[in-house]
Amino acid sequence: MGLTLVFGVLGVGDFAHGDKMGWGMFLAFFVVSSEGANLGFAGGQFGSLSFGWGLIVGLLVAMLGVAALSVVLERLVFRRLRASGGGFFVFAIASLGISIMLRAVIQLIWGPSNFRYTPGIHPAVEILGGIKVKPDQFFIVGVTILAAVLLYWLLYRTRFGKAMRATADNPGLAEASGIDTNRIRVGTWIIAGILGALAGVMLGLQAEVRFDAGFRLLLPLFAAVILGGIGNPRGALVGGLTVGIAQEVSTQWINTGLKPGIPFVIVIVVLMLRPRGLFGQQR
Amino acid sequence: MEQLLLNVVTLVTFDGAVNWTVGFLTTVAIFAILALALNIQWSVGILNFGVAAFFMVGAYVSAVLTLPAPEGLESYVAGWGLPIPVGWLFAMVAGAVLAILLGIPTLRLRDDFLAIATIGVAAILRSIANSVEGLVNRSRGLNGVDGFLEDQVQGGDYRWVELAIALVVLLAVYWLVSRATASPWGRTLRAIRDNEDTAKASGKNTVKFRMGAFMLGAMLMGLAGAIYAHRSGTISPLTFSDLLGTFFVWTMLIVGGSGNHRGALLGAVVVGFFWFGTPLIQESLPDWLGSRVFQVRQLLIGLLIVVFLLWRPQGLLAERDRVSRFVTRGPDDRTRGGDQGSVWERLRSAVSR
Repeated sequence: MGLTLVFGVLGVGDFAHGDKMGWGMFLAFFVVSSEGANLGFAGGQFGSLSFGWGLIVGLLVAMLGVAALSVVLERLVFRRLRASGGGFFVFAIASLGISIMLRAVIQLIWGPSNFRYTPGIHPAVEILGGIKVKPDQFFIVGVTILAAVLLYWLLYRTRFGKAMRATADNPGLAEASGIDTNRIRVGTWIIAGILGALAGVMLGLQAEVRFDAGFRLLLPLFAAVILGGIGNPRGALVGGLTVGIAQEVSTQWINTGLKPGIPFVIVIVVLMLRPRGLFGQQR
Repeated sequence: MEQLLLNVVTLVTFDGAVNWTVGFLTTVAIFAILALALNIQWSVGILNFGVAAFFMVGAYVSAVLTLPAPEGLESYVAGWGLPIPVGWLFAMVAGAVLAILLGIPTLRLRDDFLAIATIGVAAILRSIANSVEGLVNRSRGLNGVDGFLEDQVQGGDYRWVELAIALVVLLAVYWLVSRATASPWGRTLRAIRDNEDTAKASGKNTVKFRMGAFMLGAMLMGLAGAIYAHRSGTISPLTFSDLLGTFFVWTMLIVGGSGNHRGALLGAVVVGFFWFGTPLIQESLPDWLGSRVFQVRQLLIGLLIVVFLLWRPQGLLAERDRVSRFVTRGPDDRTRGGDQGSVWERLRSAVSR
C-alpha cells in the first residue's frame, strides 16, 4: 500500500520515466549488494527495518545518478529536438527509444534475474485490530509524505517553483519575463529524476528488484497522472492513491491476472467523463 | 518470433542459406505490412504505441475462427474450423472494431492520450489472454493453426507458399495505401497533420478523417496478425511483446522515413536485417559480446530511434513535398531534396551525408 503513495508524486509525461525508476532501483541495489559492500557500505540494520546505512547511501547514489542521467539526456537529446522544432510526437518517440535503451543496459549489467535488497523473509508486525504492516512500509509511507510535502513547498513557496509553473504554462511568456527556461527545464528534470529514483528504490524495497519493474509501472503511472490532471502534483498524489487502491481492492472480485487492466479502465473512464482529470481546471 | 528463423548452423550449406532467406523475407514482409499500416496512422498524426494490440487481436481472431473445436486440456472460444480467408477477413474487422472502441474516447482529446491508451490496451489484452480461462487457452497459447493451402503442398515446399502469401498481401497493401494517400482523402490527411486548424477551417471534419485513418491502419495490422498466426502455427500472449510488436515497427518507420510508403518498406528490410541477422554473427563475435548480443541488439534499436530523430528525422527516404502534380519542382527544391531521381541515388546521398 505504501508503494501506491510513491508513484503519485511523479508527474512528467516522459515514457522513459518508468525505466529511470528501474535505474534508481538498480543503482541502490549496486550499493547494497556485494559489490557495494566491498567498498565499505555494508551497514547494519536499523531496528526492525530490513535495511541499514547501505540503503540510505544507495538511495542518495540512486538520486544523484538518475538526476544526472536525466540532465545528460536533456542536454544530448531533448534540447536538440526542441531546437529543431520537434513537437510532442518526436519527444514521445524519442523517450520511448531511450526507455528501450535504458532497459537494455540494465539487463546487460545485471542480467534478467530478480533481486532483493536484503535476502530473507521480513515478518510483519501487528498494529491495531489485526492489521499487519511491515516496518519497511512505515518507512516507505513516511518518505513519500516527506517527498510530497517538500515538492509542494518547492512548487508553491519558492521563486524556482513559480518560475517552473510559469514555464509549464507559457514558455514564451516566461522567457520574455526574464526566466531562463532552459535552466528551469534542467531543474525540472533533476527533480523528476530524484523523485523517480526515490520511487524506484521504494518499489524495490516493497517488492522485488527486477529489470522491467519500472516499465510495468508506466501505465498505472500515467493513469494516476491523467486521473489527477496532467501537470498537477496534488492531483497526481490523489490519483496515485486511487489507482493503487483500486488495483489492490479489485482482486477481491476479479481474476488477479487482470489487475494490470484496472489502470487502463480508469484511464478510459476518466477520459470519457472528465478529460482534464479530477482536479483539472477548465480553460 | 525468433524461433521461426533457422539456426545459424544451417546457413553453412546452400540449402540452409536459401531457407534462412525465405524465412527472413516472409517475416520482414509481415513486419512491412505493420509498418505501412502504422505509416497511415502516423501520416495524420496518430501516435499509436499499441501496434502489438492490433497485431495480436488479428492473430487471435483468425486463429480461433479457423481452428477446430477445442479438445482435452485446450479451451478457447469459437473453434468453428472456418476457411482461412474468412479468418483473415474477421481479423481485419476485429482490428477496425478495436480502433473504433479506442478512438471514440481519445481521438478528440490531447494527442498524448491516444498514445497512452494504445500502450495500455496492448498490456491489458495480453493480461486478458493470459488469465481468462476458456477464452484463448491462456498462456498455453493456440497451437496447430493451419497455414493457407498448407494441405495441398508438400511439407518442405510450403515455406515458398508462405513467402508468396506474405509478399502478395504486402503488395496489395502497398497498392492500397499508395492509392489511399494519393486520393483526395489522403490529401486531407496530410492537410490535417500539417495544420489541423486550417483543415478544420476548410470545412473538414478532422475527427472523422483521423478515425478513418486509425481504422484503416488497424485493419491492416489485424491482417498482418492473421497472416502471422497462420504462418507460425503457434501463438501465445508472449509473442506480442511491446518490444517486437510495437517499438520494432516504430524503428522501421523512423529509420526508413516516416510519411512515405517506400521508406516504410526500406525501413522494414534494413531494421529487420539488423535484428534477425545479428544471431548469424553471434558465433563469430568474441565471447563477452556474443553472450550478450540480444541485449546489445535491443540497446541499438533504441539508439537507432534516437539517432535518427536527432540527425536524420526524415529517415533514409525523405517524404517528397507534394504541391500539385502540375508543379514538378517544389519551391525550395535544392534544400529539401524534392525530386532527386531514383531511389538509389537518394539512398546514396542519404548514406554519404
